[in-house]
Amino acid sequence: MAIKNYCLVCGGSGCAAGKADDIYHGLLTAADACGIGNDVQIVKTGCFGLCEKGPIVKVLPEEAFYVEVKPEDAETIVNEHLLKGRIVDSLLYREKGADKTDLSEIKFYQKQMRLVLRNCGVIDPEEINEYIARQGYAALEKVLFELTPEEVLEELKVSGLRGRGGAGFPTWLKWKFTADVDSAEKFIVCNADEGDPGAYMDRSTLEGDPHSILEAMTIAAKTVGADHGVIYIRAEYPLAIKRLEIALKQAREFGLLGDDILGSGFSFDIEIRLGAGAFVCGEETALLASTEGNRGMPIPKPPFPAVKGLFDKPTVINNVETYANIPLIIIKGGAWFNAIGTEKSPGTKVFALTGKIENSGLVEVPMGTTLREIIFDVGGGIRDGKEFKAVQTGGPSGGVITKDYLDTPIDFDHLTAIGSMMGSGGMIVMDEDDCIVDITKFYMEFCVDESCGKCAPCRIGTKRMHQILDKITTGKATLEDLQKLKDIGLATQKASLCGLGQTAANPVLSTMKYFEEEYLEHIRDGKCRAGKCKDLVSYTIDAEKCIGCTVCARKCPVPCISGERKMPHVIDQDQCIKCGACFDVCKFGAVIVA
Amino acid sequence: MAMVNIKINGQPHEVEAGTSILKAAKAFQVNIPTLCYHPDLEPWAACGLCVVKVENSPKMVRACATEVVDGQNYITHDPEIMEIRKTVVELIQSNHPNECLTCARNGSCEFQDISADFCIREAPYCEMLKDLPKDESTPSIVLDPRKCINCGRCVQVCQQLQDVWALEFIDRGYGTVMQPAAGALLNESPCIKCGQCSAHCPVGAIYEKDETEELLAAIRDESKHVAIQVAPAVRVAIGEAFGLEPGVLLTGKIYAALRMLGADAVFDTNFAADLTIMEEGTELVHRLTSKDGGPLPQITSCCPAWTDFMEKYYPDMIPHFSTAKSPMMMQGAVTKTYYAEKAEIDPKDIYSVAIMPCTAKKYEIGRDDNMHASGYNDMDLVITTRELARLIKRAGIDFLNLKDEEADNPIGVYSGAGTIFGVTGGVMEAALRTAYKLVTDEELGDVNIQAVRGMDGVRSGEVPVGDTNLRVAVAHGMANVRQLMDEVREARDTGKEPPYHFIEVMACKGGCIGGGGQPYNTDEEVRQKRAAGIYNDDEKSTVRCSYQNPSIIKIYDDYLGEPLSARSHELLHTRYHARPLYQK
Amino acid sequence: MAKMTLETLRKLREEQKEVIERRDSGDKSIHIIVGMGTCGIAAGAKEALNVFLGEAYTRKMDNVVVKQTGCMGLCYAEPTVEVKMEGMPDTLYGNVDAAVARKIVNLHLLGGKLVNDHVFDYPARDINKE
Repeated sequence: MAIKNYCLVCGGSGCAAGKADDIYHGLLTAADACGIGNDVQIVKTGCFGLCEKGPIVKVLPEEAFYVEVKPEDAETIVNEHLLKGRIVDSLLYREKGADKTDLSEIKFYQKQMRLVLRNCGVIDPEEINEYIARQGYAALEKVLFELTPEEVLEELKVSGLRGRGGAGFPTWLKWKFTADVDSAEKFIVCNADEGDPGAYMDRSTLEGDPHSILEAMTIAAKTVGADHGVIYIRAEYPLAIKRLEIALKQAREFGLLGDDILGSGFSFDIEIRLGAGAFVCGEETALLASTEGNRGMPIPKPPFPAVKGLFDKPTVINNVETYANIPLIIIKGGAWFNAIGTEKSPGTKVFALTGKIENSGLVEVPMGTTLREIIFDVGGGIRDGKEFKAVQTGGPSGGVITKDYLDTPIDFDHLTAIGSMMGSGGMIVMDEDDCIVDITKFYMEFCVDESCGKCAPCRIGTKRMHQILDKITTGKATLEDLQKLKDIGLATQKASLCGLGQTAANPVLSTMKYFEEEYLEHIRDGKCRAGKCKDLVSYTIDAEKCIGCTVCARKCPVPCISGERKMPHVIDQDQCIKCGACFDVCKFGAVIVA
Repeated sequence: MAMVNIKINGQPHEVEAGTSILKAAKAFQVNIPTLCYHPDLEPWAACGLCVVKVENSPKMVRACATEVVDGQNYITHDPEIMEIRKTVVELIQSNHPNECLTCARNGSCEFQDISADFCIREAPYCEMLKDLPKDESTPSIVLDPRKCINCGRCVQVCQQLQDVWALEFIDRGYGTVMQPAAGALLNESPCIKCGQCSAHCPVGAIYEKDETEELLAAIRDESKHVAIQVAPAVRVAIGEAFGLEPGVLLTGKIYAALRMLGADAVFDTNFAADLTIMEEGTELVHRLTSKDGGPLPQITSCCPAWTDFMEKYYPDMIPHFSTAKSPMMMQGAVTKTYYAEKAEIDPKDIYSVAIMPCTAKKYEIGRDDNMHASGYNDMDLVITTRELARLIKRAGIDFLNLKDEEADNPIGVYSGAGTIFGVTGGVMEAALRTAYKLVTDEELGDVNIQAVRGMDGVRSGEVPVGDTNLRVAVAHGMANVRQLMDEVREARDTGKEPPYHFIEVMACKGGCIGGGGQPYNTDEEVRQKRAAGIYNDDEKSTVRCSYQNPSIIKIYDDYLGEPLSARSHELLHTRYHARPLYQK
Repeated sequence: MAKMTLETLRKLREEQKEVIERRDSGDKSIHIIVGMGTCGIAAGAKEALNVFLGEAYTRKMDNVVVKQTGCMGLCYAEPTVEVKMEGMPDTLYGNVDAAVARKIVNLHLLGGKLVNDHVFDYPARDINKE
């Protein structure tokens, strides 16, 4: 029977947390209740990207883009839109400062180019047929029946695809190293141990399009001659794991995994290994150690995993996003891919845009897009009209980028050149209310927690740097400490064994370079301009401006504000815990932070 | 061997492909500092001190773990590298107690040496220590995790070299500590007390339990007759603590020093080694010739770390074990019986001490009731080579200039077969010399049985003894044992002919000469030299076979009767028991 | 599901492609917009909608998208349907019952001719424009 409407309900983890599941079931129930259950199809898809405004429901063919939908809205959508054709205006997405609701005009999507996320928000990830419908497994067909392994490698080489896990190593070369080793056993590993704070590109890809990863891994296996694959995924990604398990089951049933795939004579299967969520296990040698059942600690390279990897066998290890590009490159050709992005970094990159930004979410843009475009066009600019201060890319391994560099085109080399790095794609935007030292301390705390403890520079260096940053933010540091911070930073960078330690000092070194004055203010003047370092700020009441409304005194949790009604109030500095509640509630600007 | 051309600090050199930068540099007189690398172990790359620059590369690499690449120029020392190393040393220092004066490794500490080179006069960072208690639960080894610098050597030793898995990295990041799993104490863990961790530890985080004070107290006690025996491997290693090359034979000087220290009698464990051969060799012949002699292969049991390992990991092999006690325990038993009788001393007044290359021996003297065969503690105290060296220095003895002395009778004379107990393959060789006689009633032509000598981890071969070709195997280093045991087990379980008749196992690499209580800085070269010293002792012995030792002949005539007699069984044999890996 | 061969996979993909493309309105050139306000539904807009959907489905008119909208303001002429396609002016039809809907498919969509007696003017277009 003909379907009148399609409701695509976001099934990503973010929207799931916003009760997308209830919305999905609400739509089903309501549609049945008013007798149109057979006229509409309600599909749970992968992530739409605009997570800030989730949960998202998109209704076709009207292309109504409903945002921040609540479970109780399900009935309204059915009764108004599906039944009567009246688009529910109140739920439609509106871009800031405009009344645009047409999907094609949403800036968030306009500058994006969704290749990796091509199926996210479009298909039902738990339904292999929908993947197949959108060219799914067509690339595998080609690799199994038309192309030689050499031709696949050549296509990848022409494409210029570089590893999306962070370092940007040419993917074809990695594959070739493994292909060239003569070994009866080889492995294909997918690194899905995404660990940067605030980053969830890989999770969303796996949740929204799991088959693309399975297909790519099978292509890799055929190309290098492997028969066993492992997806290493952190256990705290339950939805992605569930979708992967469903996808694996379906692929095996369809004969797209297992023995004699599609009658080609080639056999390959994939298993899932759950990681306990250690950040360092995203480092490939630690990941492999953990997969083998050992403690997740890095070992020196070379030998590289491509030659001596899992169980000492040659192993191709790529991250999720790298794999997601592979089927497209095989279908559309390396030259097509190479034309996208920049010369040295072709293709697109997915970023998890978070922080003080209007449209937090998952965005995919061609390489070479500038930071300004991502932050101000796609991201909708800084929240609450505040001033942009810096953006951190590459997570705890990256550096900060200031407004002077906003027009830097994003690719592997440009980001490294300005002292940051691509990393896996985390992008955290800071505004004037963020204290740069405080943020750096946050990253260092993360590194201290996530250091595996194996090598001395990282294990002790991160701890020491954190201590010094803590001294600075509490006003106990001296100028000498700044030099120590720099010394430890350099030693940690140069003498650490793996990428975690080698990059742990990046936030320190880059913020010290670009925001030296702010560090000095903390130490020399005992001031935190953002008012974040509680030990350095004090709240006072301007007697001229205070009208004695008593609101602050009533809101103070200590309480330490006293004063007669209609008389200026006073804050007892000894008691004040610097929570800032008085500042927030004062309507007369009488509370002063200094 | 393929060679590559590299440069070290611009100087061209040709080295073997596959060599690490660290080793290559050392070969050309450039020392790169390291705290975690040890030649016995795979590079673990933990300390971060050995970083070097590769010309035209922005990153520094670890010299210990990076193989040389043809055409590359390695910068091992420049102001920047030295500055970075200094910061790393400062960081490690800040995490290590400044207690050198009271530390077990004062004067022999690798970290102390490196710190001295870097001239750090003021600690830039406040001390930040782990608040962890010492583990003194075993009689052999002390764990002091506060001093641990997380180099990982002990864990690698325990897991890779010894296959024991008592030590593990626990917790993560800054909180990482080396200790038994699940917070167990060392004596509740699978630890076999071999002490290899203590011999490899660069600092004072793992060390032998020092019992020199107990020895001094016994010497001070007028009522005690202090009898001290010396193990074979001690005599070729103790010289290292006094600046000599490894392998220099110092038997006579040790006897002299012990007397200067106050020993009332000085014996040699080698005498008991000959005794062991008589018992164990006879036992082997029984197994070979009689159905109720016990199953084949017979496996040696003179290494206490090995018997502990077997009781925990291979309890099904217990029937294969020679019931003969170790030489030290036999010596202890006859000291308080045979010797006491001869010398007319009340055995309760004898204080029996052994100088051993081994920490497990400290455990062995109390391992079960069979260690009281004399009616008293057969052994009262075990002192390692390292402890003895310190004691000799403390007593102001000019060790190297002492006049050689002889051991006391009647349990001090030994054959060449007794002395080679100290090296891997030695027990086997000594046993074969006597077994040949027992089986064929003929003297062995060439007593040097080359087939069982050498340093390969597992060696096997056939030795003709009479009509039979004896299939023998030797393993040393616990990680090499599994292969042999699995072979034996499989043959037994499938009803096949046993693959071997006789197997010798020593827990430590190289046998006792590489023991956990030997002087520090032991590596393959050192072990080779010590082994050469032992074979030298054998060569120059007039008596090469245990059964020819006149003191042995005498003890059987006067006291024991014959090997495996009732009295022998009572005094010189023991039993084994299955033990759980974790006792908690 | 039995294991597939290359042929069965290709066949399955073709079938599934049709199914999923029906969801996609982006590239489709013929838009049929049915007024589904209360007035429209009362006047039988649902039947008209079903005819359009059914015809598009059975005749495999892949380029047709049938959308719903609310009341278009011509309550006296319900059900109302707007047709937009290339080569034809945007047309608003009134009083579209099932029969008229079929006529629109045959004449307007396939034949390129207007169904004259049902063409209505957009109400207050000049005002609605802004």
